[in-house]
Amino acid sequence: MEGLTLSDAEQKYYSDLFSYCDIESTKKVAANGRVLELFRAAQLPNDVVLQIMELCGATRLGYFGRSQFYIALKLVAVAQSGFPLRVESINTVKDLPLPRFVASKNEQESRHAASYSSDSENQGSYSGVIPPPPGRGQAKKGSVSHDTVQPRTSTDQQEPASPVVSPQQSPPNSPHTWRKHSRHPSGGNSERPLAGPGPFWSPFGEAQSGSAAADAVWSGHSPPPPPPQETWVSFADTPPTSTLLTMHPASVQDQTTVRTVASATTANEIRRQSSSYDDPWKITDEQRQYYVNQFKTIQPDLNGFIPGSAAKEFFTKSKLPILELSHIWELSDFDKDGALTLDEFCAAFHLVVARKNGYDLPEKLPESLMPKLIDLEDSADVGDQPGEVGYSGSPAEAPPSKSPSMPSLNQTWPELNQSSEDTAIVHPVPIRMTPSKIHMQEMELKRTGSDHTNPTSPLLVKPSDLSEESKINSSVKFASGNTVADGYSSSDSFTSDPEQIGNNVTHQRSHSGTSPDNTAPPPPPPRPQPSHSRSSSLDMNRTFAVTTGQQQAGVVAHPPAVPPRPQPSQAPGPVVHRPVDADGLITHTSTSPQQIPEQPNFADFSQFEVFAASNVNEEQDDEAEKHPEVLPVEKASDSASSLRVAKTDSKIEEKTAASVPANVSKGTTPLAPPPKPVRRRLKSEDELKPEVDEHTQKTGVLAAVLASQPSIPRSVGKDKKAIQASIRRNKETNTVLARLNSELQQQLKDVLEERISLEVQLEQLRPFSHL
Amino acid sequence: MAVCVAVIAKENYPLYIRSSPTENELKFHYMVHTSLDVVDEKISAMGKALVDQRELYLGLLYPTEDHKVYPSYLLCRYGYVTNSKVKFVMVVDSSNTALRDNEIRSMFRKLHSSYTDVMCNPFYNPGDRIQSRAFDSMVTSMMVQVC
Repeated sequence: MEGLTLSDAEQKYYSDLFSYCDIESTKKVAANGRVLELFRAAQLPNDVVLQIMELCGATRLGYFGRSQFYIALKLVAVAQSGFPLRVESINTVKDLPLPRFVASKNEQESRHAASYSSDSENQGSYSGVIPPPPGRGQAKKGSVSHDTVQPRTSTDQQEPASPVVSPQQSPPNSPHTWRKHSRHPSGGNSERPLAGPGPFWSPFGEAQSGSAAADAVWSGHSPPPPPPQETWVSFADTPPTSTLLTMHPASVQDQTTVRTVASATTANEIRRQSSSYDDPWKITDEQRQYYVNQFKTIQPDLNGFIPGSAAKEFFTKSKLPILELSHIWELSDFDKDGALTLDEFCAAFHLVVARKNGYDLPEKLPESLMPKLIDLEDSADVGDQPGEVGYSGSPAEAPPSKSPSMPSLNQTWPELNQSSEDTAIVHPVPIRMTPSKIHMQEMELKRTGSDHTNPTSPLLVKPSDLSEESKINSSVKFASGNTVADGYSSSDSFTSDPEQIGNNVTHQRSHSGTSPDNTAPPPPPPRPQPSHSRSSSLDMNRTFAVTTGQQQAGVVAHPPAVPPRPQPSQAPGPVVHRPVDADGLITHTSTSPQQIPEQPNFADFSQFEVFAASNVNEEQDDEAEKHPEVLPVEKASDSASSLRVAKTDSKIEEKTAASVPANVSKGTTPLAPPPKPVRRRLKSEDELKPEVDEHTQKTGVLAAVLASQPSIPRSVGKDKKAIQASIRRNKETNTVLARLNSELQQQLKDVLEERISLEVQLEQLRPFSHL
Repeated sequence: MAVCVAVIAKENYPLYIRSSPTENELKFHYMVHTSLDVVDEKISAMGKALVDQRELYLGLLYPTEDHKVYPSYLLCRYGYVTNSKVKFVMVVDSSNTALRDNEIRSMFRKLHSSYTDVMCNPFYNPGDRIQSRAFDSMVTSMMVQVC
């Protein structure tokens, strides 16, 4: 056959038309039915049509293959442009506009009815595009349009077709709306389940932008196309004028409607009418009631879900093809959870009903069918008519179709993927921001589990201890956390600590990672715990939990801020601490003020100190912690104050020299005393060691936090406080983790860049290897 | 931009394969098919490790090769395996822009996410060809724009 070169738009257009005609998907179209209609719609004289058919070879073959069909379409365009029909003209005619077909089918109307809603969406985009009207046949079309104007409401009317201006560019949205309309003509739409027609044929306007170029080629093309709205005067009342769809540049599938060159007045008329039209996808009240009843038969609880399998059975009964049901499901399952809520179910049912009545399925879920997702965070504000659908009063927070919901899911998914890729670092665990009893229990479990899961931790605390401690700690932690949180004015310092710890942990856990000369890698965060996704937070928990060893005095875990450093880089800090410590725990308040001035970084600690002091006072001052070394002793004595001091000490130390020789010493000494608390403390100290470099402040903050967790006696009355504390803590943890995440991401990117550069070098060197 | 995207089922038959039509599609099919061997190799290599620790992203499967054919792309094949042994293979044209690894990963992530959405559809029987329009549109968005 003759070679045929098609432009991009033509290619799309033809393939759409071919798909439209190829109802049996057999890739060949018999010369009947749609094809004939199509050619008739081209408004060419019959002999021309016959000539075309002969030229393209269909008469020889007896059917239209894809190539024949394309050639035929091209010839139609040629003929419509006024060029003589020759085989050569297929390729010689440049810039041929797309063939125009006058829509005249009711089926198209019905089919396209469904797309109206989407058309309305596109209306705005099209308004700007004014296709140059095909010069030819304009008058004719005008008359046609007039005729069609009359039988507005009848479904069988002739759609006024606006001349299809071959769109050179396809508007962004439009292709999608009609592209996949199934071409199953379902006959007349005598019963219209859907309300009103889609009057928004302004989409056709869009097709026109590209035609400007084509104009030059055409001879005798007339007047600029009227603004989109004008053409649709007649369509105002005719719902499924499929012509609208055909206008669509890239997705013109069936017939193109002839644009009526209406005047501006008519345009206004249309606008008014269109605005008064009901969304074709609107669910009437009785429909909704019916849907709700159906929902109840499957799922009596109206707030519940219908599982996918039940929905599948139910909708299979409608005898729609599985592919369409699948598409309906995709449209209606908004949150992609595999189950249908009441709203989703109604939308799905409505779509099924529409489909059975011959409406094509839209590409995107119509706005009126979007379920009201109250807790969908990315609810784009679809300018939906609120009361439109028979929905209850809540505002429709319908993210536009599925894509908005996707991002939210995508966000979680990529994170999970990424984290799973970085398995060595940490297991992604969702952090629950809203504290609850369950959450608190999880936190406890996590704390207890952390040590279980990290065999590499030299300071693996016995699980039993942990459990005990955690239980004690939980209450204490929460209570103290609350106070601590109050004390913190800026979470940065606080978060820095967890991050630091997290880094350490990540170093730990990433077997390939290089842990900065840590003597004791921090134990990895407990995997199974769902409450934290970053080791840092777990570490924090651990540090918090460390205090469990002591009696409930909330022995805040030994100050994570002071990892015992191998190098004796102790700065004046320890020295300062020592004397401070020597003062005894009771002098916490005194020490803290001293420490505070030494460490200007910890601006928060003044308040913290206050809390600590108060906490300390609350505690039994049995702890006589002189030094951090005394901490273990303190722990034994359950003095949170001692911890606090130790923590502040460590904090200070870290700040000063990022090394905690003093702490080291402190850390070591505590070994003797109560094993559990000591171990915990050491552990946290070890964890802190690697962090010291950059995150002294963070650890210091942590220490402060920990220290601030006094041994608040567990009492029922403190639950609320505990909850608040946990809330705060979780928030802080979250920010910490987020920062940690970003830092790790950055590191990952850097590493990847290096890798790429190395690969490039390798590639360059490769040819030389063959020399 | 991807030149060809393929989703291969666990049993190594294609669930979805789509190439930019400028090229002879068969060639891409063949490339994907041959890449499957490499994918399997990579999977089995880490077979000892737990599935948890196995990365989903397999990275560059083959060293880049030049097209001998006229449109000389620099084609790179990338692989990605899900935990259910469903494989995504992507052939990428790197001649214009050297796609960074991160970008490839994000493309695979999108693929994976869309694939799970397809799976969630109760009307989709695992093992069927993927005919979801949403999936199609997503793949279109990452394919090379046909010019």
